[in-house]
Formats: sequence, structure tokens, C-alpha cells
Amino acid sequence: MGQFQTSAYAPGAHPDLPPPPSTVGIVGWLRTNLFSSVFNSVLTILAIFLLLVAVPPLLDWSIFDAAWMAESKDDCLKNPDGACWGFVTSRFGQFMYGFYPSAERWRVDLVGVLTVLLIGMVLFGKGKIRGYGVLIFLAPFPVAAFILLYGGVGLTVVETNQWGGMMLTLVIAVTGITASLPLGVLLALGRRSNMPIIRNLCVIFIEFWRGVPLITILFMASVMFPLFMPEGVNFNQLLRALIGVALFSAAYMAEVIRGGLQAIPKGQYEAASALGLGYWQSMRLIILPQALTIVIPGIVNTFIGLFKDTTLVLIIGLIDFLSAVNTGTQDVKWSAFTVPMTAYVFAAIVYFIFCFGMSRYSISLEKNLATGHKQ
Amino acid sequence: MKTFLKTTVAGAAAIIIAGAAQAATLDDIKKAGVLKCGVSQGLPGFSNPDDKGSWAGIDVDYCKALAAAVLGDAGKVKYVPLSAKVRFTALQSGEVDVLSRNTTWTFTRDTNLGINFVGILYYDGQGFMVRKKLGVKSAKGLSGTAVCTNTGTTTELNVADYFKANGMKSKLVAFEHANEVVAAYDSGRCDVYTTDRSGLAAQRTKLKDPNEHMVLPEIISKEPLGPAVRQGDDQFGNIGRWVLNALIIAEELGVTSKNVDQMMSSKSAEIQRLLGVKGKYGSYIGLDAGWAARAIKAVGNYGEMYDRNVTPLGLARGVNNLWNKGGILYAPPFR
Amino acid sequence: MAEAAVTGSKPDRVAILNDPRWRSIIFQVVALVLVITIGWYLVTNTQANMEKRNIGFGLDFLSIPAGFDIIQTLIPYTSSSSYSQAFFVSLINTLLVAIVGIFFATILGFIAGVARLSSNWLIKNLAAVYVEVFRNVPLLLQIFFWYHAVLKTLPGPRQSLSMLEIFFLNNRGVYLPGPQPQGSFWIICALLVGAVITMVVWKKREDRRQELTGERRDLFGIGLGLILVLPMVAFVVIWQVAGTPLTWDIPTLRGFNFGGGIEILPELLSLVIALSVYTGAFIAENVRSGIQAVSRGQTEAAFALGIRPGPTMRLIIIPQALRVIIPPLTSQYLNLTKNSSLAVAIAYPDLVAVFMGTTLNQTGRAVEIVGITMGIYLLLSLLTSVIMNWYNARVALVER
Repeated sequence: MGQFQTSAYAPGAHPDLPPPPSTVGIVGWLRTNLFSSVFNSVLTILAIFLLLVAVPPLLDWSIFDAAWMAESKDDCLKNPDGACWGFVTSRFGQFMYGFYPSAERWRVDLVGVLTVLLIGMVLFGKGKIRGYGVLIFLAPFPVAAFILLYGGVGLTVVETNQWGGMMLTLVIAVTGITASLPLGVLLALGRRSNMPIIRNLCVIFIEFWRGVPLITILFMASVMFPLFMPEGVNFNQLLRALIGVALFSAAYMAEVIRGGLQAIPKGQYEAASALGLGYWQSMRLIILPQALTIVIPGIVNTFIGLFKDTTLVLIIGLIDFLSAVNTGTQDVKWSAFTVPMTAYVFAAIVYFIFCFGMSRYSISLEKNLATGHKQ
Repeated sequence: MKTFLKTTVAGAAAIIIAGAAQAATLDDIKKAGVLKCGVSQGLPGFSNPDDKGSWAGIDVDYCKALAAAVLGDAGKVKYVPLSAKVRFTALQSGEVDVLSRNTTWTFTRDTNLGINFVGILYYDGQGFMVRKKLGVKSAKGLSGTAVCTNTGTTTELNVADYFKANGMKSKLVAFEHANEVVAAYDSGRCDVYTTDRSGLAAQRTKLKDPNEHMVLPEIISKEPLGPAVRQGDDQFGNIGRWVLNALIIAEELGVTSKNVDQMMSSKSAEIQRLLGVKGKYGSYIGLDAGWAARAIKAVGNYGEMYDRNVTPLGLARGVNNLWNKGGILYAPPFR
Repeated sequence: MAEAAVTGSKPDRVAILNDPRWRSIIFQVVALVLVITIGWYLVTNTQANMEKRNIGFGLDFLSIPAGFDIIQTLIPYTSSSSYSQAFFVSLINTLLVAIVGIFFATILGFIAGVARLSSNWLIKNLAAVYVEVFRNVPLLLQIFFWYHAVLKTLPGPRQSLSMLEIFFLNNRGVYLPGPQPQGSFWIICALLVGAVITMVVWKKREDRRQELTGERRDLFGIGLGLILVLPMVAFVVIWQVAGTPLTWDIPTLRGFNFGGGIEILPELLSLVIALSVYTGAFIAENVRSGIQAVSRGQTEAAFALGIRPGPTMRLIIIPQALRVIIPPLTSQYLNLTKNSSLAVAIAYPDLVAVFMGTTLNQTGRAVEIVGITMGIYLLLSLLTSVIMNWYNARVALVER
């Protein structure tokens, strides 16, 4: 110890000594991050063991032992311990577009590209661009998308029962969430209204839709709806499922938006009425713009939930992405035992990519918004 | 406020506009120009979409024949895939015009569900499949086994009845989708897989090693599978019934999809009646004279339908042959 | 209007439509009338349609024998029991999977939530991978996955894994010895209940004393003795004096399958795993944000007072974090209950599978059955909400 004090260096001229080797480099990183205490070391070893048990068989199955190219089940049966990716490639078109005629699939692609562009404008655009994006998204876009997808105006009509696969999943999820937004705003405002009847009606509506499983709602929308209507009135099956999904997600949306409304300081409401704005004016100009901005992450999360929940339309006979995959496995040409597992894993990966991407976006948004609102 | 008013007005308008009266099923179909046909969500041989998305199977062929008879075009069918769970409600509610979905004709279904069966398209029976190494040679030896099957079907009830009647016990594991039944049976969850024997044949190919399994000799139930229509519309019920009969009669008379045009000039009086050369039989069911000829031309006679769809599953005609060829297919005479 | 009140003059007469109070009343009446009209409209349509299509209406079908077997029945049921009994069996199955699922999801969620904030890099990231993967894949696929994983890993009944020849594990389920209480067993139960009540009361009194005096007496040892040892001693004494108070029904291989004892089906097992792993991932996120919402100063203050990390977490951080965690936790519980309706995919006989599935198919009473099913789920939701709100009120910040 003493030798340092008596060293030959002048004050301030001591050269920086390197930190102890145990705190830098790989060893240091390992020590601080993996083996900082006995408990942590045990956990680390356990975790490594777990990874060793789980990862190699997974890689074997999905990559090394898999049948990448296959014309039919016979090729897959040659690799009984691996995935049958040939099934996925051969049916890929159907997974994406359902039974949409091949010659017309460019229309779906076009709508997809437009949607991505618009969503990009809304989510990442700044100022005016975002405003235009929202406007286009709410008014001309749905009409254009419908004409493109369904047909008419010179395009061949493609009946909705031919829609399917990922396209249908996205149609349901995007339409559901878009339609539920205005409804959700109304319900949220209604729930915070001081008119008792309106408030209670809204509460009953919200709690009803939130309280029952989506399966029962879809069942009702799909097969019981014609019973509720006068004879001869029948909506398109897809439309009915959409109504069910939209009402269901509107209830969730209402709760998300209500959270945003509650987060707006009372002063904002008071300031708005001090300016002489009426209820709808102050909502439209002051409260909702702020509240909706806060709850964008919540809306994205609701969308993710809805996107995953669309798998349930399987039970009402709509061929969404998962049921397209499922239907594919029923084909005699592909009736090998490795096929269903491959199909499910493929579906899981696709869903994961979509949902994970969206949730990353929602998290980054949350961070951006958080800085804006903290004082 | 404004928004609310707008919504209200729009809603009210929708309700008022919606009040059109319903006519008979036949008129509805003609008006829509398309026959809504309820099929399964995928059962090889009966109704199954191929990778192009076109449906095939004996149930599908019936729908095509019906569409050809009613609309003059076998392609004008809208296939609505239905799970076993929703099929009757879908037919009751008008979601589909005809249910052609390997559905067993039973007393309760025919009388109490608001639907009517129009005939029998396929005579089936419930059978059991077991692993060969289980060492069971007869269904009587299945006491104490775990049995896998589909939910929402008659098979559930048949198994319960059969085991009870024979003083045996079983554990019934009932899945929603056929895929899961096969997968669960294959991974050893159950000792026995039971469903209609046609289904057993179709699903067997999905097993890891189809040769390690055997179908037991017992047939524990009658499963007459047939199309059904809504109750209360006798005209459409007659159309459904006689399209089916016409297909069977066509086989009896040797009328096929290929020779139907030549047969028009046949000397046989029954063929002439069937193909609408003589008499006004079509008008009795609200159709034109050529309805049966169109149906036969579209999908062939019953034998052709069977050979195209069911034979590839490895199922011989058996009881589904004509009555005069050792089977029990017997259509009332066309006169 | 305020001006008018101040000056005392009568306010100008306003048209009824412009008076906010009148407007609100009119508005509400219109809304109510509209809702009632729509409801009435739907009901009359349904009635007319059902009459026309010859579909019966009523609950009389509930007393007809069901005719099908159910694989898991916690109350007596055979295929000759009525539909109403099938309904109760399936309802209990739904409740079972919901309650067990909620229990494990909560544990898993709390562990994963805390693990995400761990200082161990590997643990932190494993927890993150867990949360992200399982949150972002549809539950239906996960149910399939776990079911096949369970079935594929377990051996057939004749090659069962066994422990001491009394616990068995195979792809037909988990088999445990079933306790069969004899006549004298109630004494032990009574002792156990008595001990628990005594300890709860005692603990309350000790807490009060600690608040007053600051002294702390550890009741753990006494509690353990009273709750565990006392009944055990009683058990041995009764055994010696009057013969065994409890016998065990040991599962044995009978024919193709095991019989006797308690059987836990692989369907239940994998459904519970799937539901709790899926919901656990969501709860983990709630827990993480709840803990992060507690100010860092709280931890530092606790350390400054010399409180060790364990008690800091337990006594200071968690109680505060709970206030943030509980509301979203409630919705996760509701989601889990509703999601259990996917059970039919893997043959677990829940309410939707047995009642809205098989029963609906046999009887064709769509309106009644779907109505009852929705009503039950609604009731379960309300019940969960009520319980969680009550708990929330207990842990909520009491401001002085």
C-alpha cells in the first residue's frame, strides 16, 4: 500500500493502471452478468443445461433432418425425423391467398402494398403526412381496397368465399380494428358521460362483449345471425364475422381509450370549457387528439390480440391463414404424419413474425411518447 | 352528438331496408344464381379442397348435380365449409341451402332439428381401428380402452351405446378436428380410433405406419349419410331427393356422363322419362325437362361419382352397390 | 346562465333542444327507446323464424338423457345422465382448468417478471425470449404444441414411468394414489382447520403488538408445529388406537389402462400448461412494469434502513407494485377463463366442447344453448372482477 504514496510520480502524472483483469473482457462480462453470486451461477448453469437439451433437437428437426424439397408425401416420408417444408412451399400460394384465383392475385398484392404504405405514413410520418395518411385510410382507402379485392368496375368479381389465407386474416384484423376505433371512442366517451342511462348502456355493452369468449360471438354472428333477422335478409358470411369481430374489439378498444381519457389532466377539460368549447368540440379538438396519441401502444396491442384471435374464424368455416394451413394437411397427396407438425410450426413462425414486429413497434412508440409526457 | 345521430339514422335505415320477404328456397337459389352447399372442412373422398381450391368428393358431386339441375351450371355452387358443430344451425338459419356433409340420418335430426334428409348418398357404418400389436381381434375385447373420435357426431353416442350394451367400459376422447384425432391416436393417446369406416380408410394414410394398424370386423352402427334440406319447403325437398334418385337410377339404366347425349334417343321409356325426352316430369318439381340430364352430364351417375371419389380411398362398393348387384342402393322408379 | 344567476334576473327562455338538461334527458330517452326497439325487433324476428322453421324453444331438453360419455367427470355422471348433468360436469371442468390455470399463470408470470429484471444476463434474456415467443403466437397453436409435446414424450401405459409403484406417468395421464378417508378422519381435519384458524388469529394479534411495541416475534416455528405436527401426531395416535383413519387407493394397470386412484388427463395437463405459459407471459410483462413503476428511491431507502434484499422486495417493493399490477392482472385472469374455451381442440371436455358442442349437436337448440353458455362466461367474468376488485381495494394505497 505504502509504496503508492511514496512513488516517484508527481501528483496527477500517475499513468492509468488497467482495471483488474477480472472485471474486463470476456471474463469480467461473465463475472458480472452470469456468475455474480452463487445463486446466479446456479441459475446460469441451469439455463445453459436447458438450452443444451432443447436447442439441438429443434435444429435437427427444423433444418438438418428436414425435407426441404418435396413433391408429395413420399419425399417427406424419407425424412421421418424432420420437418416437411416441401408441403409449405407447394401450398404457399394458398396459405397466403386462400382460393383467390391465381390470375387475380396481383390485386391482393396491390392492396397489401398500399396498406403498408399507408400504415407507414400513419405510423412513421410526421405532421401533415401523418394527417393525410389518416384521412386516406379512413375514407378512400377502404373503398378502393374493397373494389380491388372484391371486383366490379371492370375487374372480375371474386366472391368472398374464395378469399382466404393470410389475406383474409389481415382483412379481418385490419377491418376489425379500423371499424372498432370510432365505435370504441363513442363507447369510451359514453362510459365517462354523466348521463346515467347512456353510461349504463355503454357499461353493459362493454362488459358484455368483454365477458364472453370470441368463439361464442363468432358462432352467433355466423350461424345464428340469420335467425335474428327478418326472413330473406342475409348478409355475407364474411361481413357477419367482421361485425362480430368489430363489436368484440370495440369493447376492448373502449377500455383502452378510456385509459387515455383518464390520463388527460383535468386542467385540459377545464381549459377547453373555459375557451367556450362545447362537449363535442372540446373532445374533437382538445381531448381526443391527446388521448388517442397516448393510447396508440394500447391500440397496437389490441390489434395484436385481434390478429391472433382471428384463428378462431376456423370454427365458422372461414378459411383464414391457420385454417388454410389446416385444410392443406387434409389433402391426400400430403397425408404424411410429419405434415401437420410442420404446418403448425410454419403457422407459428408466421404469426410470430407479424406479432413480434408489431409489439416492437408498440414498445418503441411507448418510449417516444413517454419522453413527451413526463415533466 | 352529430356522430351519434348519424350512426342512429344509418342503423335505422339499415333495419328498414332489410325487410324483404323470403320466397321458396328454389326461387331464392335462382335469384341468387348460386347454390349454397354446406360441406365438411376436409374429409378425403367426401368433400376436400385441392391445392387449387376446387372442392372434390362425393358430397361435393351431389351439390354439383343439384346446381346443374336447378341452375343449369354445376359450377354455380358456393361451398361453405362447416364444422360438425355448426352444420345443423347453419342449415336451419339459411346459411346454406343444402347440407351435403357426410351427415348421418337419424330420427332426432330428421324430426327435431328443423331439417329434412332427402335420401342416402352413402351407406356407412362405424368401425374401430386398433394397433395390430394390441392383440385384439374383436371389438368385444376392447373393454377398458381409451377411444379417440370426433366430437359432435353420432360416433360419440354409438360408442357409448355399444360399450354399455356389451357391459364394457371405455374412455372416450373426443376432438374437434380429424387431424387431432389421428395425431392423438398415432402418438398413443388412445388404443382405438373409431369413426365411420370410410373415415377410417381416409385417415389411415396419415398414420406414421399405416400397416401397423387394423380395422376390426365389427360394424357397430348404421350410418346412412345423406344430404339434408330445411324443413317446411317440400318442393325443394323433392328436388333434393330426386336429384339423388336420378343419379342412382342413371347407374341402373346405364346412363353415364359420356353417353347421356346418345341416350336421349334411347328406346327405353324410363330413360326417356328420366332425361326429359318424354313427359313433363320436371315441371312437377318446378324445374324444366332437362334437369336430370344436366345433373348426370355434370357429375356422371352414382357409380361414376363413387369411382372417382371413394374408390381411391381403397373402399370397395360393398353395400353401396346397386340392389341388383349385391348392394342395397335402391331408388324408387322414375315414373 | 351563471351571469343570470348572479344578477338574479330570470334566465332567458331557452328552447328545450338547447337546454343541456333537457337535451341530455331527451338524448337518453331516445337511446333507451332505440335499444329496446332493436332488442324487441331481434327477439320477434327470432321467434318468427324459429316458428316457421319448426325449431322448438324451451329448456325441456335439459332433462333428456344425454347418451354420450364424458372423459373427465368430477361429479357422478354416466351416459344415461341428463343433459343438465352434462352441463354441470362441463361447467366444473371449465372452472377447474380456469382456477388451476390462473394459479400457475400467476406463479409463472411473477417468476418471469422478476427474472426479466434479473442482473444475470442469461436469465434476463431467457425470460425475455420466453415472454416474446409465447405472447406472439396464437394460443390455439400453443395448445396443439403442448398437447403433442406431452403425448410424444410420455410412454404408453405398459411402459409407464413409476415412482415407488404408487405414482404413475404415461401418455394416458398422471396417476396418483387416491385418499379414501375412513370414519375417524374428520378428527384430523378438524384439528388442521382449528390450527390454521388459531395461527391466523395469533398472527393478527402479533402484528398489532409489533405495531405498538416494535417487538417482533417469529411465529413460523410455532405455526409449523401446530399446523403440521399436531395433525400428524393425532393421525398416529388414532392409527394406533382405532385403526387407520385414511386408506389409499393405489392405481394399477387393469387391462389396457390404469384404474383406481386419481387420474389427471393429459388433456387437462397440456391445457393447463398452455394456458398458464401463454397467460404467464402477459402477466410477466405486467409484473415487470409494476415493479419498474416503484421508484428506485424506495429500494435505496430500504437498504439505507438496513433491510436486506429479500424483505425489501417482499415488504416494500411488491406491495407497492401490486397496486399497478392488479388491474391488468384481473383482465389476464378473465382472458384465461375465456381462452379455456379452446379446450375442445384437444378433447378436454369443457363447457364449450360438451354443452355448446355435443349437446347443441344432439338437440339443435342453438339459441338456448349459446345463450346459456354466454351467460355462464359472463357470470364467471363478473365473479372474477368482483373478487379482484375486492382484493384491489385491500391493497390500494390508503392515503392518510
